Amino acid sequence: MSSPITGSGNLGVEVVDPGAVSSATQHEHPDSSKGLEKTIVKSWKAPIGYAVFALIALLLFVILGRDGLSTFTLSGDNDLIQLPDVVVVARPTGLIVTVLLVVIAIVGFLLVRVNRRVPLWLTAVLGVLFLFGFLAWADAGASLPIQVAGLLVGSVSLSVPLIFGALGGVISERVGVVNVAIEGQLLAGAFMAAVVTSVTGLPVLGLITAAIAGALVSFVLAAFAIKYLVDQVIVGVVLNVLVIGLTNFLFSQVLSKNAEILNSPVRFDRINIPLLSEIPLIGPTLFRQTIIVYLMYIAVAVVFFALFHTKWGLRVRAVGEHPQAADTVGINVNGTRFWNVMLAGAITGLGGAYFTLGSVGAFNKEMTAGAGYIALAAVIFGQWDPIRATLAALLFGFATNLQSSLGIIGSPVPSEFMLMLPYVLTIFAVAGLVGRSRGPAASGKPYIKS
Amino acid sequence: MSDTAVAPTPAPTPAAGSSTGSAPAPKSNQVLRDIAGGSVVISILAVVLALIVGGILIALTDENVQAASGYFFSRPGDTINAIWVSVSGAYGALFQGSVYNFGALDFAKGIKPLTDTLTFATPLIVAGLGVGLAFRAGMFNIGGQGQMLIAAAAAGWVGYSFPLPYGLHLVLAVLAGIAGGAIWGGIVGLLKARTGAHEVIVTIMLNYVAVYLVSYMLRTPGLLQAPGSNNPKTPAMLPTAVYPDLLGPGYNLHAGLLVSIAATVFVWWLLSRSSLGFKFRAVGINPNAARVAGIDVKRSYVTVMLLSGGLIGLAGVAQVLGTVTTGFSSGIDAGIGFDAITVALLGRSKPWGIFVAGILFGAFKAGGFSMQAGQGIPVDIVLVVQSLIVLFIAAPPLVRAVFRLPTPGVAVKKKPVALSKAVAAK
Repeated sequence: MSSPITGSGNLGVEVVDPGAVSSATQHEHPDSSKGLEKTIVKSWKAPIGYAVFALIALLLFVILGRDGLSTFTLSGDNDLIQLPDVVVVARPTGLIVTVLLVVIAIVGFLLVRVNRRVPLWLTAVLGVLFLFGFLAWADAGASLPIQVAGLLVGSVSLSVPLIFGALGGVISERVGVVNVAIEGQLLAGAFMAAVVTSVTGLPVLGLITAAIAGALVSFVLAAFAIKYLVDQVIVGVVLNVLVIGLTNFLFSQVLSKNAEILNSPVRFDRINIPLLSEIPLIGPTLFRQTIIVYLMYIAVAVVFFALFHTKWGLRVRAVGEHPQAADTVGINVNGTRFWNVMLAGAITGLGGAYFTLGSVGAFNKEMTAGAGYIALAAVIFGQWDPIRATLAALLFGFATNLQSSLGIIGSPVPSEFMLMLPYVLTIFAVAGLVGRSRGPAASGKPYIKS
Repeated sequence: MSDTAVAPTPAPTPAAGSSTGSAPAPKSNQVLRDIAGGSVVISILAVVLALIVGGILIALTDENVQAASGYFFSRPGDTINAIWVSVSGAYGALFQGSVYNFGALDFAKGIKPLTDTLTFATPLIVAGLGVGLAFRAGMFNIGGQGQMLIAAAAAGWVGYSFPLPYGLHLVLAVLAGIAGGAIWGGIVGLLKARTGAHEVIVTIMLNYVAVYLVSYMLRTPGLLQAPGSNNPKTPAMLPTAVYPDLLGPGYNLHAGLLVSIAATVFVWWLLSRSSLGFKFRAVGINPNAARVAGIDVKRSYVTVMLLSGGLIGLAGVAQVLGTVTTGFSSGIDAGIGFDAITVALLGRSKPWGIFVAGILFGAFKAGGFSMQAGQGIPVDIVLVVQSLIVLFIAAPPLVRAVFRLPTPGVAVKKKPVALSKAVAAK
């Protein structure tokens, strides 16, 4: 801060600046310099991606096309409004879908040719079309119909912890702390929720404890990352191992010996929201859920609104993007980071509670099964935006659920490849095929105040 | 440290004079250097501290302790005695299961736990070397699981598929394993170099891809599944492809240990005697400076990930051709890929440090199982102790605070750092 050093520092700027700064950004956000190139060079990534999908469609739906009828069931037996089943003939459907996909790919190429950006909705349309074609192809000639409602309900159920985890990840990374410990926070939340609910019989109390447990894991992360300046990724990975070890140990040593006292949580009941729950497809999917899921809707909306439309959000983003600037205007950088990482942990902990209070029931060893890492992927896939991260988490949940649904009707694709899909998608996303992903600038870097 | 902090740093460097001073390099490197810069004392104290915490956990969850603590104020001796019995029993079993079994009849039997320790250490050492090598080049390779699985699949396939003469078969199988791991790691390096994809995410994702790929191959006849079987398991390895036993059939120790020692020597040579290793270290300490000095940073990322994946591949090979030769299933990696991270951190990313750390964690593994069998204490406590060790080692100030240690030497060292940081953060 003192002036003589500033002088020599400025001298240094003139000599070293161009190389140092550009290469520094290059390292810390390796794709940002590529992004600079991309403003000049056209990005053919999206249309190439479209073309790949069109080619896969051509190969699967037309060349390897299957004959027979595919049935999509839209309504359950006890729904108020009954929709008729949709029956399509597989081969022509596949052909039409393929043609449409080819058209979209060509539109994409043309758009890039005239230097226009490929809109996101085109990708969405492509995804839905491809999925429809794929389901029609997979179900062709199968005796069981595709339960669309069941598919969607299952997807939401699998997505809930992912979404909570992704929200926690978004807040944490937006404030500048890489949160690899999502897995640990989920697991800690699931464990504490199970124990507290079993002992007290009050799931609400379990839910609160789960948030506290997640926040505690975050506390360790924040303490090591902010106070001791340990690499945040290392702390995150080690914390995951620590929580897995702790919960496994306590499960084997304590929980399994007194399962009926300590590990038989009361689950939340489903609450049907009047009217809304009777909307075909949407009702059963979104409005016949437990309180945790409704809490999730609120959380997504609140986090989105707060992050982009409140003073708190502005501060969080400032600290994550440019801590020095934030410090200069009087924001307590490390304090902001500390409390928001705790908050992120609490939100993630709620997601953990869904395992034991919502979907599965009793706690089991490593019951999160890597959901935290998928949530992390959703954060990156969703480009550090709460809404997009939520959508990415839904996509991952859907892909996982699709695999089990296809398993029931007897899918021609091995289930392992369906399970692989979210991870492969993430690699593509990270490698920039889907779009440039650029995180908060100061994420992962400790701030040392001068 | 933000981007703008980069520019002014060259100015104070002459004054600071130490390599730690010019440090707006990526945070991971800085932290890794901090880890490497700590003292051996901190490592030992971290282990002690982790064991103490583990002991507290064991004592708290022990039923006898809980029973005795009910009347703590009338007879506190009972509680203390119960704590002593449970903790000393646990750590005694840990020691007897990993070093020397005092209950054995003769020396040959008594020393068997030590050989088990070395057997468990074999894959941990090579995998730790792989992770550590990547660390030194500033890369964080969490993809050990995937690299091991692919390596195991490749080595295993060569190992059981064709009958070949002794020697040649083993060499070919080992090379196939190295190649498998190197490819799986190389993808990460390539993506990082070409697209800037963060290696942490890519390695995590490739782990899952490898798990599902290998489990698909394991349950598909004609790929890896044993013919005539419905289990997702491969046939047994041919005897020509198996690592020979070092101490005869009575012990599990196999020649993979020699490979691990050779790999340690190789990595030591690579890092401290070769120009390639010099480049890696330069990239790891400060990629910007390395680029200015004419080092192809992107190529270094690819090369180091190839080597790192190859080394971790050797761990998969050790599992398939050494420890479990009767055919493997998708759990063959046995968590070694993740343990390797802790091994590399404990070993401060230095080859011989990793060697020692690998043996320590091998001892934890060997002892953990006998502790579970003998004392009924879940083996998972070992995970807790391991992760605590790494946490404590990563934060020397915490360990110093706990043990009320002065900060000898560090205080002198720290000053220039603080100065340059103050300038850098200007």
